[in-house]
Amino acid sequence: MGKVIQMKGIVKSFGNIIANNRVDFDLREGEIHGLLGENGAGKTTLMNILYGLYSPDAGEIYIDGNRVDIKSPSDAINFGISMVHQNFKLIQSHTVVENVALGLKGTGFFFPARTVERRIREFSQKYGFKIDPHTPVWQLSAGEKQRVEIVKAFCRNAKVFILDEPTSMLTPAETGELFKLLRLLRVEGKSIILITHKLDEVLEVCDRITVLRGGKKIKTVDINEVNKKDLASMMFDQEISFLGRENRMRKVDKDIILEIKNISVLSDKNLLAVKDVSFNIHRGEIFGIAGVAGNGQKELVEAITGLRRTVNGNIYILGRDVTNVGPREILDKGVAHVPEERIRMGVVPSMSLEENFILRSYNKEPFSDGLFLRYDVISNHAKELISRYKISALDEKSPAITLSGGNIQKLILARELTISPVLIVASHPTQGLDMKSIQQIHELLLKQKEDGCAVLLISEDIQELLSLSDRIAVMFDGRISGIRNTDETTIEEIGMLMVGGGDRV
Amino acid sequence: MSKNIWVSFSVIVPGVLAIYLISGVRPDIIFKSIIVSAFGSIYGITETLTKSIPLMLCGIGLSAAFKSSIWNIGAEGQLLMGAVGATWIALYVIPNAPRLILLTVMFLSGAIFGALWAFVPAILKIKFNLNEIIISLMMNYIAIEFVNYLVYGPWRSPFEWGFPYSTKFPLNAQIPRFLDTRIHYPTLLLALFLAVFVHILLKRSKLGYEIKVIGENMEAAKYAGLNISRIIVVILLLSGGLAGLAGVGEVAGIHHRLRVASGISPGYGYTAIIVAWLGKLNPLLIIPVSLLFGGLLVGGDSIQVSLGLPGATINFINGLVLIFVMAQGFSNNRIFIKKGRNRV
Repeated sequence: MGKVIQMKGIVKSFGNIIANNRVDFDLREGEIHGLLGENGAGKTTLMNILYGLYSPDAGEIYIDGNRVDIKSPSDAINFGISMVHQNFKLIQSHTVVENVALGLKGTGFFFPARTVERRIREFSQKYGFKIDPHTPVWQLSAGEKQRVEIVKAFCRNAKVFILDEPTSMLTPAETGELFKLLRLLRVEGKSIILITHKLDEVLEVCDRITVLRGGKKIKTVDINEVNKKDLASMMFDQEISFLGRENRMRKVDKDIILEIKNISVLSDKNLLAVKDVSFNIHRGEIFGIAGVAGNGQKELVEAITGLRRTVNGNIYILGRDVTNVGPREILDKGVAHVPEERIRMGVVPSMSLEENFILRSYNKEPFSDGLFLRYDVISNHAKELISRYKISALDEKSPAITLSGGNIQKLILARELTISPVLIVASHPTQGLDMKSIQQIHELLLKQKEDGCAVLLISEDIQELLSLSDRIAVMFDGRISGIRNTDETTIEEIGMLMVGGGDRV
Repeated sequence: MSKNIWVSFSVIVPGVLAIYLISGVRPDIIFKSIIVSAFGSIYGITETLTKSIPLMLCGIGLSAAFKSSIWNIGAEGQLLMGAVGATWIALYVIPNAPRLILLTVMFLSGAIFGALWAFVPAILKIKFNLNEIIISLMMNYIAIEFVNYLVYGPWRSPFEWGFPYSTKFPLNAQIPRFLDTRIHYPTLLLALFLAVFVHILLKRSKLGYEIKVIGENMEAAKYAGLNISRIIVVILLLSGGLAGLAGVGEVAGIHHRLRVASGISPGYGYTAIIVAWLGKLNPLLIIPVSLLFGGLLVGGDSIQVSLGLPGATINFINGLVLIFVMAQGFSNNRIFIKKGRNRV
């Protein structure tokens, strides 16, 4: 098999950070090549260089053996390289055809959609992709949107497909479909680069794997030569011990901390997003909520934390009715909230760490004396939390945006834990973080559980839920489609519940 | 940085050239004339100071609003309503009160009138989610016409030979001036004091913290449980109140009567928007920036007389300065975006 792409000695630095340090990478014709590494390992940077978004400080790129200079994405597209980004770059109100036609060359000035439509149908037949080309994109599921991106690449005659974390938004079933499609593309002689940090996925679908760590290439290996443990040890400095179910403390009290009784909540679009949901969480229990994003989890969390009104039902904390009382009262009842969108909601990125640490308590003693804030107290408070939670930051005066994702999450947790909560509502607390941060956050949550705190953990990562939760509820289409004891369930069962008991697919 | 300078020059150079081509007066002469008239003589300096007072008061109030991303464009109207509030007290409520009491009540009344004018966009924003930019701007026109109605109608003085003036304020309702200049220094001192006060308020107080959180990240503000509606109202009242004080200063310190709106304010409320931004929304920095713009206004008057240029020339130069400021902000944002993208 010929080498479609060769990257030699790629160096790219941003300020003091070396994102790629003399990285070599090659891609063969007709292979699925996994690019594996934790967050910040330099995977996306390397691919952004290949796609022409960044220009490397040093290094050479060869396509089909010829040295090339890729100055922009349109260069890359001309060379047959297409990238499917993590956040889809589609125009929501346009139809599939219109989105594919956008920026496509050789379609004729008038009625470009006709040519495009033909090509989409051609693609659909070949790869068994059922979609009406005239559906507006906003009506599509995440999996379907991703397919549209792949069709887009296909229509641009791509021979190399770069997929950045393609499964992060997909249900297990959709992931399976995606892999099927990738295998079909491989048969056609297309080459695929899969950027990911999920070990299971690369083992399932890839031919070869290149592991990056700290900006350096560790190794390129054939899939037959390695197992999960080898890969994990290549990805991380030391071997990571996966938190097993058996490590878990079994200490769940009978006291009910949170009681949700038949609540219904509207979404931003005034549609019923949470439909008649009820459950209880006990002292010392981690209660997981699984589900594909957009099945009402966000609205449920917002209702519990006082950010969204319920239209029906009641919420009790320690037996007190707190339905629709507002976020501050909920906080005062001892409910900590680790929000889903940590940068958009959890912090004020431009404000300093010390100011972010008091976001939820600035109006209380000892930080405020009623009218003014006591910046000396605030500063000491910040220093203490930074050292106690091992947050790597320049100092307490630097803006929060200078922190990495994992450290921002630790900042938020540190802040929320200062209220000694009775309940922690943690929404996707480890999404997009590297292994080390994930582990630290898991340990923090388990520690809280040990201390008798109840935890409501919303996550899309079934592994995470299985390893942390005592019980798992699955949300589908605004309802709880099932509650299982973690010990008595399997990934497959949860996965089926996540897609509506398997009836939908 | 280089981009910022490039953007600025791409506007300034043709701008200055346009002035030259239209007026036929060499730009260096215009600028020299502005600087000399504003800062080159005792009289010029005192006039500059006088004109900086309303800019300072409005600018300080606007800085608090803009910091919280509440776009109050209505300082002009709030200033005029402040003038109405003072006039009403001085002529119709307690015209015979002793000076200290009368002036204090006039300032209070002016602040309240200005604040109430800003309360309208505030309440419409929090109740009906109406855009405060549009409402506060529209409120300006209402205020302008209201003042004009008063001086042509019910408040028109019978002693002014039919001019659209109110009756002259009693002596006790006139703010004392510094020697024989027009500097109504109590207002100036009030403005300086408020600059320091608002600076501390923004930097150190609970409200200042809330303002920052709301301005920088509304979602985080909701999450933190801030009473956003209350804070929006407080900020707009503060901002409107300060503009109202500026209006009191103008009628009680300079004109000693209510007159048509354009006679009271040549657009101080709008110029103060530029002042606030150029002062980086920092009340202390707004003091020197107000002086600079006060000087531009004096210079603008002077080039009309000495060089025969249209009065709009100075608006034109103000506009150029504003684009300078915007170019700066633009380039700052760009740098910020790049930083964000570059993180690994």
